[in-house]
Amino acid sequence: MPDKLHELTAHELHDLLVSKQVSAREIARSYIERIEAVESRVKSFVTTTPEIALERAAAVDEAIAGGAEISPLMGIPGAIKDNMSTRGVLTTCSSKILHNYRPIYDATVVEMLSRQRYVMVGKTNLDEFAMGSSTENSGFFPTRNPWNQEAVPGGSSGGSAAAVAADECAFALGSDTGGSIRQPASFCGVVGMKPTYGRVSRYGLIAFASSLDQIGPLTKDVTDCALVLNAICGKDPCDSTSLDVPVPDYTKSLVADVKGLRIGVPKEFLGQGTDPDVASAVRSAVDLLVKLGAEAKDMSMPSMDYGLPVYYIIAPAECSSNLARYDGIRYGLRSKSAADTVSLYEKTREEGFGAEVKQRIMVGTYALSAGYYDAYYLKAQKVRTLLRRDFERAFDEFDVLVTPTSPTVAFGIGEKADDPFAMKLADVCTIPVNLAGIPAISIPCGYKNGLPIGLHIIARGLDEETLIRVAFTFEQNTDYHRRKPAL
Amino acid sequence: MRLTKEDIASVAYLSRLELSEEEKDKLTEQINRLLESFATLQELDTSDVEPTSHVIPVSNVFREDVSRPSLPVEEVIANGPQVAENCFVVPRVVET
Repeated sequence: MPDKLHELTAHELHDLLVSKQVSAREIARSYIERIEAVESRVKSFVTTTPEIALERAAAVDEAIAGGAEISPLMGIPGAIKDNMSTRGVLTTCSSKILHNYRPIYDATVVEMLSRQRYVMVGKTNLDEFAMGSSTENSGFFPTRNPWNQEAVPGGSSGGSAAAVAADECAFALGSDTGGSIRQPASFCGVVGMKPTYGRVSRYGLIAFASSLDQIGPLTKDVTDCALVLNAICGKDPCDSTSLDVPVPDYTKSLVADVKGLRIGVPKEFLGQGTDPDVASAVRSAVDLLVKLGAEAKDMSMPSMDYGLPVYYIIAPAECSSNLARYDGIRYGLRSKSAADTVSLYEKTREEGFGAEVKQRIMVGTYALSAGYYDAYYLKAQKVRTLLRRDFERAFDEFDVLVTPTSPTVAFGIGEKADDPFAMKLADVCTIPVNLAGIPAISIPCGYKNGLPIGLHIIARGLDEETLIRVAFTFEQNTDYHRRKPAL
Repeated sequence: MRLTKEDIASVAYLSRLELSEEEKDKLTEQINRLLESFATLQELDTSDVEPTSHVIPVSNVFREDVSRPSLPVEEVIANGPQVAENCFVVPRVVET
């Protein structure tokens, strides 16, 4: 039996389970011990669930002994971002307003993973209600980057990305509204995908911005990304925006071949504002793909500059509506000092929400209010159409677009906390993808000062297969994904 | 047009947030900065552009109207901060 099971990928663990070299309990114990060893330095989790993990692993071993077929994620330790509902297990959104909330049902994605008998090891930290780019906005504590504990892990799925990078789980689920899977995956040197809007059910994902939110995997390599996608994609009657289209077997796209692939390189994301070392790592990655048979061409996406303002109107508008439900009546925090109904709402929300969440609720309420709706919200929705058209035009000519995932490597904890505008620039490459509803993946493509650099690959709607194929080809010809942080 | 602290106070009321004076000052500054950054959108002519509220063209998703078991009431109210007799307790809303 290999002595460091927690360092293995999900598919490597699966092979060991199939060949009966290890038991699910041995795998679970290895991860639980790893969490005990490093969690005080990384702080990926809001809640760890070692008892549930051991219980489920024992049930898996029993099933295997009984001759059950071993599905790809069966007995594999996974972590769930703490904005996805888990029956009976605290689900806080890293917010004081939900500090004691225990859902009475599982999110559809959690149910789908459970059907494969994955082993839950815990619920991961996030920027409160997924609003932020560093996980410093958690209402409880910041998560740290496993590569350098003075740096942020990115966000908002910073806990999920850090947990995968630190080998505290074999895979994790995150949610991505403007880059919240891909940017932390980039900062932590792991693989993260935001699928096409509607590919994955959002039922049980606690809503932030409903027209942008999408759940996706964070994994140690591209093969695991395909396996988790296989487990979570598909139509769900409980989410009317989930797409009723066939789901391919994504493992069939694990093919190292990019011959004839047409790559567009939008110049807007490699110039001013992008760290030259990040830009050069992305250029080298494109060069490698060209060497392997792809064609690449510089191109322009003129409306991309408008992505940030459009996002920072639409996301807060939807958030102000979605977060109206936190009123201190049915769940979560209730202020103890209220005298009447309105003051109960006002005081509960004042005490329960953090500064970033309050700011976004305020901006959204203002942008939707009478007299300002046309100037802000409607205008932003129209520019959103222009952004979509830019992508449609680009995909007439190219199969994928390649950019950095973020213009820099992970920044220092506290470095941008006082300047929300500098922080928002970390998402400039990822936000337009959410606005257009298309899929994109981040994979490691280099390092600067010991911190990972992410390669961002974007494809047309529902073409996750091409993302998997390109990412897999790159991974097969590099070893960035094999490096581990020294923890 | 800049928002005043009074404007912020009225948006806070609409948002049902009882902000402190310091928060109102800070948000007045931050939100004005954000609104200034939105001004670039006015550079674009969007007179003939349809708005995108949703990226996929889905509307009126129906299902059969058949009854299904509900969640158990005891479980539903178990998360309530104050409950009694299978109900959520709220402050008095009707004058006596």
